[in-house]
Amino acid sequence: MTDQPIDVHVDNLETRFPGMVSQDSRQGYTGYLVKPEGLTAFATALRDQMGFRYLSSVTAVDYLAEDLMEVVYHAYRLEGGPALVFKTQVPRQEPHVPSLVPLFPGAEFQEREAWDLFGVRFDGHPDLRRILMWEGFGGHPMRKDWHEAYYEEEAKPFKNRWPEGQVYRIEDKVPYGHNVSYPSEFSPEGWVPQEDVALYAGLGKIQGNGDGSGGGLDTEQIVINLGPQHPSTHGVFRMVVRLDGETVVDLRPVMGYLHRNHEKLGERNTFLMNMPFTDRLDYLCSMSNNFGYALAVEKLMGIQPPERADYIRVMMAELTRIINHMLAIGFLLNDLGAYFTPVMYCFNERELILDVFEAVSGSRMMCNYFRFGGVARDLTQDAFGMVKRLVQERLPPKLDELERFLVKNEIVRERSIGVGVLSAEQAIALSAAGPVLRASGVPYDVRRAEPYSIYDRLEFDVCTRQHGDIYDRFLIRFDEMRQSLRILQQVVRDLPPGEIMTGKPQYQVRVPAGESYGRVENPKGELGFYLVSNGKANPYRYHIRSPSFINLTSLAQMCRGQKIADAVVILGSIDIVLGEVDR
Amino acid sequence: MPDDLSNPEYPIPEDLRGQVTITTLDKIYNWGRRSSVWPMFWGLACCAIEMIATATSRYDMARFGMEVMRPSPRQTDLMIISGTVTKKLIPQIVRLYNQVPEPKYVMAMGACASGGGPFKEGYNVVSGVDQFLPVDVYVPGCPPTPQALIHGFLVLHKKIAAQPIKAIPGYQKAALEPLPIPVLGPDLINLRDLPRIPAAASGSGPEEA
Ligand code: SF4
Repeated sequence: MTDQPIDVHVDNLETRFPGMVSQDSRQGYTGYLVKPEGLTAFATALRDQMGFRYLSSVTAVDYLAEDLMEVVYHAYRLEGGPALVFKTQVPRQEPHVPSLVPLFPGAEFQEREAWDLFGVRFDGHPDLRRILMWEGFGGHPMRKDWHEAYYEEEAKPFKNRWPEGQVYRIEDKVPYGHNVSYPSEFSPEGWVPQEDVALYAGLGKIQGNGDGSGGGLDTEQIVINLGPQHPSTHGVFRMVVRLDGETVVDLRPVMGYLHRNHEKLGERNTFLMNMPFTDRLDYLCSMSNNFGYALAVEKLMGIQPPERADYIRVMMAELTRIINHMLAIGFLLNDLGAYFTPVMYCFNERELILDVFEAVSGSRMMCNYFRFGGVARDLTQDAFGMVKRLVQERLPPKLDELERFLVKNEIVRERSIGVGVLSAEQAIALSAAGPVLRASGVPYDVRRAEPYSIYDRLEFDVCTRQHGDIYDRFLIRFDEMRQSLRILQQVVRDLPPGEIMTGKPQYQVRVPAGESYGRVENPKGELGFYLVSNGKANPYRYHIRSPSFINLTSLAQMCRGQKIADAVVILGSIDIVLGEVDR
Repeated sequence: MPDDLSNPEYPIPEDLRGQVTITTLDKIYNWGRRSSVWPMFWGLACCAIEMIATATSRYDMARFGMEVMRPSPRQTDLMIISGTVTKKLIPQIVRLYNQVPEPKYVMAMGACASGGGPFKEGYNVVSGVDQFLPVDVYVPGCPPTPQALIHGFLVLHKKIAAQPIKAIPGYQKAALEPLPIPVLGPDLINLRDLPRIPAAASGSGPEEA
């Protein structure tokens, strides 16, 4: 915590930083433009004097026509309230921006991502390597003038499908018949594969005690790889660990094995076409992913869903939270060595909730249920009955049962209390979100900090725990499920009749030019969608602030000094889904 | 015993029926193989969640002798490619495939593994794992429901049952060559494409449309 009094006013920024900061006056835009030279001073003042201590999102936008590369930051006060958006612009050739990692360590992966995908160099970044693609990959794929091998056209729907309808196979038209392309100077003979040298070299090393001082055994440190195929990494995720005996000296997460180019595809799609893609982000939580995206687009369009739709949305989002936390708990126990039994119990309840999803949307997992201005279909009487039974009869005792079996369990407690500790200060600095942040004692929940939909009239508590260890992250999920049930009971009680959609359902929406950032409290933390529209049918920029990805920034911090077996459980306690980490 | 097993097309005397069963070596052997397929326990993406759901109580693939999912390729004979195959991961997938002992089977679960799925155009997506591995069964869906996956299992069982022992690739005299592992360069390099790359990269190859 800072000792300086916090200046709550932010409207005098231009006079405070003369010549450095100006209001962003483009139409539909908000926030401030900061010159790169003044960025560090501005961010320091923001954090230490104005109370914006939580840097939530960092991303880049490629303004090809203006020949500018823009880096966009969203910072928040932990007391709540809207974002302070600030941007810095640099020329597209050789863009250089000062890194904010020394101030906000949570920006580490996000800056690496902007380097990887946009080629923005962050001066002063401690470890600026590619993150989603691999070292040696040709080019920076999110740049507007970079085209993939299967490139057809700038925007969908592609003419060969509609309206002309002369469909061909893109494979027949690309040089190798496959989804690959090589730079013109590339020749396989003279080319040397780039190994993970930089990755291994970057791992911190502590001085061994083989100096004859007699301080313990003379040990040699080794580097091992867990993943990308390993049962405890929750998918195709890799941890590179430097070990001293069994103790973790340093750790680097390696991701990108499931990088599906969500954002690039998203910028070719029309606005509505992105809805089913958001399902596949955090594929356990498709409903609440829809929610975040719908809010972002509705903000741009300036529309509001009718009340009944809002209730249905919250109902689906909270059911999703229960599914997610159930599985998080189940898999955590799996990582602890309880094998599959707890997961089996949790999947039982999940199936019942999926029945509801299937009844309303037609699909178990990829629901694609939200629309701009409402939801796709009304809640049927049957589905309503199912929800009612679940939240009033079935789930409360089931939660008690799970709790009884797991919470006091000796082994669970031994393995998780005091392990993988993240303090409140660290959690904030590392931009952790969701249960990870709240288990460290920070009562930050988007549903309260910046209420959306109908959350401001629902009664529920923001749960926190104080120790920031694995056990607290485990318990907080129980707490949150109980709060979700509380919310659901109110929703079931008050669900009003009426419309479920503002306006007519339509395939193409008119989205005015501008930018927006819509965020929701997803089960894993703050899920945000940063959109830039230029008035056309598809988003000019489509970025996802994904909680799983950013929560991983804290992984190394939590693992250092712990045993290797604990690293597995610590990862489990963060609760990641690779679809969302890699996008 | 299932009907198809004890039907050797050979007349059994009336008084021995019900006491003696005659079958062929192929049939009894394949019955054993197909009733104890061990899938590899690893998930690539969304489809993996439905694969796990297939293993849990409501769908319960243990009914097919398939509950033993092993996290190591050495102990498995079925690779379910349950999700999007990316260029960054395909070298590892092929390496793991090479480590699975013969006879082995590959199932492409879902749209992504079969053909790239919704992410096909993506610059980091392999449009179909069959570009690198031989696929035995394709299970359509995005994601396939557990029922669909189970149907895929049944199709695989049929396929196994129809393989004469003599014709199983892994049982031939000649040693099988491992599959070439693609490498990561400026893009994914399929080693079979190597000879074509310089010409196409310099623009003298087939034209881009
Ligand atoms: S086929 Fe669909 S559900 Fe399966 S991995 Fe691909 S996107 Fe996910």
